[in-house]
Amino acid sequence: MKEIKDINQYFIKQFDEFEESLNGEKTSELHQLRKNAINYFEKLNFPTLKDEEWRYTDITSLLNHNFSSDYNKTKVSPKVISKFLFDKLEHSLLVFVNGSYSAELSKLIDIPKGVRVESIAEALKNNNSIVKKHLGSYAKNENFFFTTLSSAFIKDGAFVYVPDGIVVEDPIHIIFYTKAKDKKVLTQPRNLFVAGKNSQVTIIEHYVSDDEQVYFTNAVTEIVADEGAVVDHTKLQEESSKAFHIARMEVDQERSSNFASHLISLGAEISRNDFNARFNDEGGECMLNGLFMINNEQLFDAHTMIDHAKPYCNSYEHYKGILQDKARGVFNGKVMVRQDAQKTNAFQENNTILLSDEAIMNTKPQLEIFADDVKCSHGATIGKLNDEAKFYLKSRGIGEESATAILIHAFASDVITSIKIPALRDYLEEIITKRFNQ
Amino acid sequence: MLLEIKNLHARIAGNEILKGINLKVNAGEVHAIMGPNGSGKSTLASVLAGREEFEVTQGEIIYNDKNLLELSPEDRAREGVFLAFQYPVEIPGVSNTNLLKTAVNEIRKYRGEQELDAMEFLTLLREKSKLVELDQKFLSRSVNEGFSGGEKKRNEIFQMAVLNPTLAVLDETDSGLDIDALRIVANGVNKLKRKDNATIVVTHYQRLLNYIVPDFVHVLYQGKIAKSGGKELALELEEKGYDWIKNGKAEVVNA
Repeated sequence: MKEIKDINQYFIKQFDEFEESLNGEKTSELHQLRKNAINYFEKLNFPTLKDEEWRYTDITSLLNHNFSSDYNKTKVSPKVISKFLFDKLEHSLLVFVNGSYSAELSKLIDIPKGVRVESIAEALKNNNSIVKKHLGSYAKNENFFFTTLSSAFIKDGAFVYVPDGIVVEDPIHIIFYTKAKDKKVLTQPRNLFVAGKNSQVTIIEHYVSDDEQVYFTNAVTEIVADEGAVVDHTKLQEESSKAFHIARMEVDQERSSNFASHLISLGAEISRNDFNARFNDEGGECMLNGLFMINNEQLFDAHTMIDHAKPYCNSYEHYKGILQDKARGVFNGKVMVRQDAQKTNAFQENNTILLSDEAIMNTKPQLEIFADDVKCSHGATIGKLNDEAKFYLKSRGIGEESATAILIHAFASDVITSIKIPALRDYLEEIITKRFNQ
Repeated sequence: MLLEIKNLHARIAGNEILKGINLKVNAGEVHAIMGPNGSGKSTLASVLAGREEFEVTQGEIIYNDKNLLELSPEDRAREGVFLAFQYPVEIPGVSNTNLLKTAVNEIRKYRGEQELDAMEFLTLLREKSKLVELDQKFLSRSVNEGFSGGEKKRNEIFQMAVLNPTLAVLDETDSGLDIDALRIVANGVNKLKRKDNATIVVTHYQRLLNYIVPDFVHVLYQGKIAKSGGKELALELEEKGYDWIKNGKAEVVNA
């Protein structure tokens, strides 16, 4: 594939093959949703630097590859997956290999009655009413090229449903493992997490690979936090350094719900995250934190939007980046405080450390306030490691590498300490140590 | 001899600050370097610690038979040189304990010694924190963050106690201290004094020298040592002021 105009036709052709692989499913409501999406997809333009939302993120290199879905169920051993588990963490595990659910590799523990933790394909087959109600209701196709592509090819992904009043104690760890082999694999996980009234759940979305292959992950995650629900979400992106990772997360928050998300982004040649949260009622709390560590020629992009549509809600957003070599980072964070949303507290910050003269960061924190009784702040800093602090450490006998590692740990510490799962915090600390202090 | 500075010239951003310093320090001695503001006192301290902004254009520094100027700042520290900063740096997110644990173990590794285990290290910290009457709670706090001026200076001396240097350079450790903090800091320094180590006290005022009694006093003026003498020189300076040196009435004596 070389030309931008060809990509739509390329996927439309794949859609025909996809339809054939579906056999009996073609008549379902879901399939209508797919067909609507592919029809709409035909009219959409592949995003380029000319689009305001993609101004600093050039993804035309995606066109150099012929990506396609892997419909053969690729087998991997549990040993391969065990590398991606966290020490000392009791958890339920859902594993997807090249986009398809693997029952053999998955394991559920202590799941309370009524809670569903399964593949969305399974839930769709059983005509699950929750899935029918929510799927596609928040991550709308409108003007989203890649969401529309995802909607056209909806097949599998993770589904978590927690009924009203239920607390799921152990985190649910969802691994998306891609093994590209000789083929340039496209996976399009479509995830739906629904937390009922006053329920509580912790979910880790974890994207991994164990070789340096070219593949393309196009993930869409929809999250519903009903009244009083507490949802703790972490997305850990450790794709191959040659992969493309494009993701969208839409969060729908009802009255007094509490949603916290941490995006930890380390992998992929190009990664793009569109994360949007919306308060539909009063008293909600939302935390969107992120930590990205990239090197070589990696590109990371986070576009976030927190929509304060209702009064008395609090949002906290803090993204931190550590860029080495020729890496490029983009942060575009929007906080919208609508006219109705009095007594809003909204705080947003983006701090980036550039460890090389060739690394580039583009940051654009945006606050749009239409209410008049609110407390909001936003800010961004881009800098280098503090030379004074480094000299101070060295003057105590600490070498260059250790001093750098200590200061990077310190820089990342406030985002890391806001992660609630200790095993995940340890995992991140270890990653920093490995990267900067060998 | 522990330290010998020979004809040291150094500059920063094109300005020559040190213009031929000569100084000899033996183990077991305390030297005070005094002088008016801008005379080059802090520059000398910085050059000893290896601050990179300063460029040494001439001269040499021999420390323990090694060419000090060829060593990186961290290797100088590992060889036993310690600088107590005039303005200790705040490092949010790094605890005092973490800094010292890394420092102690990197120094031990450099010297071919076993690293301390967690228990041994904690015992060391507890013992040394008493020396400067530093509350245990400071150990888990971020380095110097939110510390008062006196706490920062006490923290410097605490670090010095833990790292146990052979040559300690105190850069205006007395500035901004009330009399109680000054007494605590001086007391810590005195307790760390041994036959095989030396201390260079850089100060503007004679006050600190009432508590840390020097064997030698040097007056730095316009990048050179303008006068050297015993502890009585400090008192003379206190009485006559630096104008006495500036007016050229004192003869230049190199130690």
